[in-house]
Amino acid sequence: MKFTIQVNEGPYQHQATDSAYQFTKAALEKGHEIFRVFFYHDGVNNGTRLTTPPQDDRNVVNRWSELAAKHDLDLVICVAAAQRRGIVDEGEASRNGKDATNIAPGFRISGLGQLVEGAIQSERLVVFGD
Amino acid sequence: MSATKKFMYVNRKAPYGTIYAWEALEVVLIGAAFEQDVSLAFIDDGVYQLTKGQDTKGLEMKNFSPTYSALGDYEVNKIYVEKESLEERGLTLDDLQHLVWEDEDDDYAEKDSIRLVSRAELADVFADQDVMFNF
Repeated sequence: MKFTIQVNEGPYQHQATDSAYQFTKAALEKGHEIFRVFFYHDGVNNGTRLTTPPQDDRNVVNRWSELAAKHDLDLVICVAAAQRRGIVDEGEASRNGKDATNIAPGFRISGLGQLVEGAIQSERLVVFGD
Repeated sequence: MSATKKFMYVNRKAPYGTIYAWEALEVVLIGAAFEQDVSLAFIDDGVYQLTKGQDTKGLEMKNFSPTYSALGDYEVNKIYVEKESLEERGLTLDDLQHLVWEDEDDDYAEKDSIRLVSRAELADVFADQDVMFNF
């Protein structure tokens, strides 16, 4: 089955992001297709490479990046939500005059149309968050 | 896979206090360009999103409630409000904005967008959808 995953909550604050990761990983291992993972609301905070949890804890951001590299996942961060919350790639940094970038490997910033397209193209949209 | 899907946006949270309501409305407005069969539902504290006369000056936040009246122009005209959620909060339809759309197949007659439905009726509407967005 073809899935699009929507993640609406930030890492460490809320179980939603861990559940989304576990669901995505399990679906891939079962041979399902993940059309896209879309990060919205505070979910955009899953994509900052500056995240530095204590060493004895899971690294939520790295896990997404590694899963993306292994399975060629499309991890998309909503641009409007990202701008509000300070998630920046090179394009956004130059457009908005920022002096740094913090997007993690495997993630890209794009628009809400990517979420709607995902819902159209997939057989299931699965939303994680309250 | 059919070209047009039934999209249901479920709005469950109060308009202010969290950003969910505003960012949900942004998805609806962007999604309107994709020409799907769009419905909105307002349940639980989500019914407060449609109340008229909102004043956010004291909150120092953007009052986005006028945007709901533009939904008709985006051909988003199926807006379900759950009766029980209104009643539980001491509200009636008169407390909500009067949302309308123009039916071009009926000489641009102005028609009501809001459909007051019971919890049971809304369950039937939900069962008929292809895609559910929860906010």
